[in-house]
Amino acid sequence: MSSTVNQINDLTQQEYKWGFVTSIDEDRLPPGLNEEIVRAIAAKKGEPEFMVEWRLKAYRHWASLEQKHAEPTWANVKYPPIDYQALSYYSAPKQKKELKSLDEVDPEILDTYSKLGIPLHEQKLLAGVAVDAVFDSVSVATTFKAKLAEVGVIFCSFSEAVKNHPELVKKYLGSVVPYTDNFFATLNSAVFSDGSFVYVPKGVRCPMELSTYFRINAQNTGQFERTLIIADEGAHVSYLEGCTAPIRDENQLHAAVVELIAHDNATIKYSTVQNWYPGDKEGKGGIYNFVTKRGKALGKNSKISWTQVETGSAITWKYPSCILQGDNSVGEFYSVALTNNYQQADTGTKMIHIGKNTKSTVVSKGISAGHGQNTYRGMVKILKGATGARNYTQCDSLLIGDKCGAHTFPYIEVKNASARMEHEASTSKIGEDQIFYLQQRGISKEEAVSMIINGFCKAVFKELPMEFAVEAQKLLSISLEGSVG
Amino acid sequence: MSLLEIKNLHASVNGNEILKGIDLTVNPGEVHSIMGPNGSGKSTLAQVLARRESYEVTGGSITFDGKDLLEMKPEDAACEGLFMAFQYPVEIPGISNAYFLRAALNAIRKYRGQDEMDAMDFLPLLKEKMRMLEMDERFLNRPVNEGFSGGEKKRNEIVQMAVLEPKLAVLDETDSGLDIDALKIVAKGVNAMRDKKRSMVLVTHYQRLLDYIVPDFVHVLVNGRIVKSGGPELALELEQKGYSWTEPELVGKR
Ligand SMILES: Nc1ncnc2c1ncn2[C@@H]1O[C@H](COP(=O)(O)OP(=O)(O)O)[C@@H](O)[C@H]1O
Ligand SMILES: [Mg+2]
Repeated sequence: MSSTVNQINDLTQQEYKWGFVTSIDEDRLPPGLNEEIVRAIAAKKGEPEFMVEWRLKAYRHWASLEQKHAEPTWANVKYPPIDYQALSYYSAPKQKKELKSLDEVDPEILDTYSKLGIPLHEQKLLAGVAVDAVFDSVSVATTFKAKLAEVGVIFCSFSEAVKNHPELVKKYLGSVVPYTDNFFATLNSAVFSDGSFVYVPKGVRCPMELSTYFRINAQNTGQFERTLIIADEGAHVSYLEGCTAPIRDENQLHAAVVELIAHDNATIKYSTVQNWYPGDKEGKGGIYNFVTKRGKALGKNSKISWTQVETGSAITWKYPSCILQGDNSVGEFYSVALTNNYQQADTGTKMIHIGKNTKSTVVSKGISAGHGQNTYRGMVKILKGATGARNYTQCDSLLIGDKCGAHTFPYIEVKNASARMEHEASTSKIGEDQIFYLQQRGISKEEAVSMIINGFCKAVFKELPMEFAVEAQKLLSISLEGSVG
Repeated sequence: MSLLEIKNLHASVNGNEILKGIDLTVNPGEVHSIMGPNGSGKSTLAQVLARRESYEVTGGSITFDGKDLLEMKPEDAACEGLFMAFQYPVEIPGISNAYFLRAALNAIRKYRGQDEMDAMDFLPLLKEKMRMLEMDERFLNRPVNEGFSGGEKKRNEIVQMAVLEPKLAVLDETDSGLDIDALKIVAKGVNAMRDKKRSMVLVTHYQRLLDYIVPDFVHVLVNGRIVKSGGPELALELEQKGYSWTEPELVGKR
């Protein structure tokens, strides 16, 4: 038994494969955070006054929070205090002008993407995926825009949206996650440097999956991107975000905000495959991933669906949530979170039922290996007017080895007696008997572990778009490779 | 040349010696039955043959198809053609029977330098074997053994054996938990696989199975040793007299 556990541990010792650093000229602000820096960020981006004002309000609010030491401490994660004045809040690859095609992109950047396995080139276009790549906060290449424009879909960097569609940005920015929401969201509101923007007009079904890759390259910069997705009445859109970061000894802060708005009969499906650098085997380095993601199912019969596969980051603090405001609206959260070595994850969701006959589904699969600590924290809130609300929550944990931990904190608040709630939870260890059974049929130990874990995560993987499900499966087995002989 | 040659095998579990010197030779095409009371070490022998690592071999040797079995990992033994039908088949949630079995078959084919079989070729093969074991097609997509009844699990083991076509099949108490109809179905499946080359070791507690799958040899395992060997008639004798007569010293001690 114990030797199997040891071998599983070995398998989990696989090293980070995306840890190369790209050396490109960058344009960055000196470390520190104050009103000057906030203004400088806005100036570098040539932002209109309303944005500058919004950032400053956020900054002032954040400064007051920081003074009160109001950084959240309730999450089940441990890390030394972050020196926010030591970080640089803006870093962009230096480029002379706006880019019209991929040929104009710095070949080193493209090389980085190809190492990441992101086919920014023809294949991806043929595959029908439009990629908006965010490299240290500035969007460097947006593809397939023309085809999207034909049907009226706007898919661009946040900066471009501010320039070209200020009325949409003004209307929706902060409407789901206000700048006062929480410490990290407030910080993001003050300093965010770029991100993605999507608007799908009335009745349009977005003709392809929209995909963004984020990558943190520069040292000592936090990445603060912001994503805003709006699906107008009857619109459908599926969006995928993938993330990686190079190996650094220092911890890097990533405090992103994602806001989704679905109007009547609209559907937004948001999928994340997160593979930020998790730190080394001793727990040195790695990304602090403190992210606020929230969707508002504003209209009747609207639907917001979050699917996430979280295998990276030293610390993950993240609760993609749904505000189910429209009658008959639907919220979903499907999550796989893996913690290995010294990774910590405190993740889950909030489902806030406001409208009548609103329905939410939560499926969370936590996998812990090494010394990893995995916490599910979920809240289901049924407000007074939410007659006929329903929630189903399933929360499973899988342990590999005996030094890791799984924790579950479900909070339920019901103010309407007609609500129906179902909750299922389980914790299991990956069984030596399961591994042996598969081996006895000719399957290697590594394959066996990978198969068992994929089986465990199946309910989540089947929610991912096909090609990303394959990617997620690979990522999971790579993250656990070496954990078996 | 014999397919399996076990010489003076000693094995321990958690430091307790369970097998205390087993000798057994199985030639191609032979069916051997190992019988014995509960706790005598039958499953231990099966697990050792399948190379489960928690079963420690402390002495002796096992040669399988001319190779040293004790040098092999469990998956290598499987790829070399050793199959064990589990006494307690394991559930693998989220992985369909069809997916699992194709992965297994392809792992074995790859080991042998054969091309992988795609789903188009594999499915008809699997369906045919399932029909033979009278298993409904809905078991194709059900997760491996999950929620299967005891009998369904056992039949599923034989389906796997039929697909993987081993050189040596070790069936551990495949009859236990089966009603008479299911037993007949399983026996039919097993008998259909008997041929001049394939060998089998049937581990069983009851003589009942041997009415349907008639072995060439019967061995009686008591307290980690084979105390008696004979032909099929030995099984009947055991049925009538119980196990105690086979080991006079034991009887004397009681
Ligand atoms: N995994 C194990 N851990 C501890 N003891 C075991 C284990 N497996 C078998 N044993 C012990 O070994 C002896 C033989 O068991 P087993 O081989 O299962 O017998 P049989 O299959 O003949 O009933 C029993 O005393 C049993 O308790
Ligand atoms: Mg047994």
